[in-house]
Amino acid sequence: MANVLDMSELELRAINSTLQEAAKAKANDVFEVENPRGSHALACGLDGAVSVTIKGSTGYYCAGMNQDASVTVEGSAGPGVAENMMSGTVTIEGDASQYAGATGRGGLLNIKGNASSRCGISMKGIDIVVHGNIGHMSAFMGQKGNLVVLGDAGDALGDSLYEARLFVRGSVKSLGADCVEKEMRPEHLEFLADILVKAGADAKPEEFKRYGSARTLYNFNIDNADAY
Amino acid sequence: MDKTPNTTPRQSWTFSNDVNSDIRRAAATGIYDIRGGGAKRRVPHFDDLLFLGASMSRYPLEGYREKCDTSVTLGTRFAKKPIELKIPVTIAGMSFGALSGQAKEALGRGATLSGTSTTTGDGGMTEEERGHSEKLVYQYLPSRYGMNPDDLRRADAIEIVVGQGAKPGGGGMLLGQKITERVAGMRDLPVGIDQRSACRHPDWTGPDDLEIKILEIREITNWEKPIYIKVGGARPYYDTALAVKAGADVVVLDGMQGGTAATQDVFIEHVGQPTLACIRPAVQALQDLGMHREVQLVVSGGIRNGADVAKALALGADAVAIGTAALVALGDNDPKWESEYQKLGTTAGAYDDWHEGQDPAGITTQNPELAARLDPVAAGRRLQNYLNVMTLECQTIARACGKSHVHNLEPEDLCALTMEAAAMARVPLAGTDWYPGKPGF
Repeated sequence: MANVLDMSELELRAINSTLQEAAKAKANDVFEVENPRGSHALACGLDGAVSVTIKGSTGYYCAGMNQDASVTVEGSAGPGVAENMMSGTVTIEGDASQYAGATGRGGLLNIKGNASSRCGISMKGIDIVVHGNIGHMSAFMGQKGNLVVLGDAGDALGDSLYEARLFVRGSVKSLGADCVEKEMRPEHLEFLADILVKAGADAKPEEFKRYGSARTLYNFNIDNADAY
Repeated sequence: MDKTPNTTPRQSWTFSNDVNSDIRRAAATGIYDIRGGGAKRRVPHFDDLLFLGASMSRYPLEGYREKCDTSVTLGTRFAKKPIELKIPVTIAGMSFGALSGQAKEALGRGATLSGTSTTTGDGGMTEEERGHSEKLVYQYLPSRYGMNPDDLRRADAIEIVVGQGAKPGGGGMLLGQKITERVAGMRDLPVGIDQRSACRHPDWTGPDDLEIKILEIREITNWEKPIYIKVGGARPYYDTALAVKAGADVVVLDGMQGGTAATQDVFIEHVGQPTLACIRPAVQALQDLGMHREVQLVVSGGIRNGADVAKALALGADAVAIGTAALVALGDNDPKWESEYQKLGTTAGAYDDWHEGQDPAGITTQNPELAARLDPVAAGRRLQNYLNVMTLECQTIARACGKSHVHNLEPEDLCALTMEAAAMARVPLAGTDWYPGKPGF
C-alpha cells in the first residue's frame, strides 16, 4: 500500500524530506504524490531504493540527480527532468520539456511521449528512451550513454558529439557538427533489443539507424575551423 | 668629410616588438594564441589607491596589542550551515586536470592551516583536496564534469559558476595533452582529446531559471550549504543584482586579472573589466537591494598582498579569493627553474603555457614526473605563510585606520592616485575631495 503525500497540504520541503529519508533507508517503500501542480524540484536528490509515483505534471528538475530510486510522473515533466541522474529509473507518462536527462550519468529515463529540445544534452552515461519525437540540438556534446528515439529527431542532432550513441527510428531533420550515421553492428542490435524491452517500447531493433561521432573535432585542427 | 647625421632607429609604439611577434606567430600557425593566467596588460588597479591612515580626526589601534578581527561568515542569507573563515582570503576555484593532484592537495593543506576555504574547479572533487580541505567549496559548472549528489553533500558550500573574469562569456578548455586516464575518467571523456567546457549551463538560461536550479540544489542538500554565484567582471551592477534575485547567499565577482587554466589570449586581454572597476557597482547593487553584508561579496582577480585585501574590503567586499597568487606561493614561475623555462622558450615570471602540461614547477601539469617535484606538505606550508602575511598586512592597515575589524574599513579611508582609479573606486583623487562622476560637481 502506497504512502500518500498530498501537495495541497504539504510543502515541497516536507515532501522531499520524507522521500529522501525513505530513500536513505533503502527499504523499497512506495509513495504517491498527489496534486503536484507543476511543482519544481520534486522528488530530487533521492539516493536509495524507493518508488515514487507523482499523480500529475511536474515543473523543473523533477527527479534531479536520482540515484537508485524509481520515479514515475503520471503527466508531463518540465525542463531538466532527471538532470544529472546517476542510476535508477525515471518514467514520464506524458511529454518532457527541454534538457530532459541533461548531463545524466546512469540509469534509465523513459519518456513515453515527446521530448523537447536539447534532450540528453551533455549526457554522460544515461540511457534515454523517447517513445515519440525529440527536438533540436538533442544530445549536444553527448559524452557517454545511449539516446533511443522511436519517432523523429529535430535539427542538429548530436552536435559536437563525443562518445554517446544515438539510435533513431524515424527521420532526422539534420545532423549537427561531427555527427554521422554509423554502421549498426550486432552489439548495437543486442543493446536495442534489451533497452526496448526495459522501456516497454513497441519497436524492433532493425528499424533504427545509429548515429555517432565522426571524431574529427576531438583535437583542434585549424583546417576544421568552419565546423566549430 | 661631411657626414649626414642619422636619426636613431625608432620602434613603433603601435607595432611594437610584442605586437610584431604576435603577428609572426599568427602568420606561422594560423591559430590564435592560447595561454593561462589573467590579463597582463596594465589596467587601473589597487596600486592606484592609498589609505589615508589615522591622524587628528581618526584614532588608530595599537599594533599587536589591540584586537583587529579578521573573521568572515559566508552564507548567512539562507544556508543552515554558513561557512566560518578565520581570514578574509579564500582560495579560488582551480580544477584537478588543470592542476596536479599534488597542487590541489597543497592548496587544501595551506587553506586549512590558515582557517580558510579552498575551491574545486571544472572536473569534480578529488580525494586529495576533500581530504586535506577542512572547508571545501564545490563548483557547479556548465560542463558538470564529475558532478554527483554525494559530492554535493560532502561540500561545505556550492559555487555556481556563471562566468570568470579572464573570459566572461567563454567556456573552458583543457587540451588533450592533459587528459590523462584519471582526468578522462573523472570527466567521462576519452583519453587524449581536447576537452571543452560549455560557456552556458545545459539546463537553465537566465536568472529566472537559475532561481529554480538553486531551489533544486538546496532541496538536494537539505538547505544546509551556502550557495555562491560566481560572475566575471562584465556588468557588475546588474550581474550582482540578478544573482541576489536568483537566490545567492554569496556573490563571487572575478575581474579581468583573474586567471584561467587556458583560453585565447585575445579573450583574456580584451573582454571584461578590471577588478577595481567592478567592486563599487556590485556593492551599489547590494546596497540598493538592502542586501549589503546579508549577501556576502567575494572579490577576486589580481589580489597579491594584504594591501590589496584591505582595499577590496574597504570598497565593500566581505572577502577576497586568490588563484594565481596562491600558485606562485606554491612555487609557480619560481626562478629556480629558470633553465627549464628557457628550454620552453620562456622565462620565470612569464611562463603561461599552463595548458601544455610541461610546467617545470609541477603545478599546472598531469605529467607524473613533473608533478612529483611539488611536495604538497611543504607547498601547503608556503601557502599558509603567504596567507598569514596577507592577513597581518591587512590588519596592520586596518589598525592604522582605527578599525577593530577589517570589515570596518570603508571608502572614506582611501584616496586615489589617478583620475581613472578615482572614477572606478569612487574615492577622491589624492589631495582633493572630488572624483569623476561625484554627485554635486
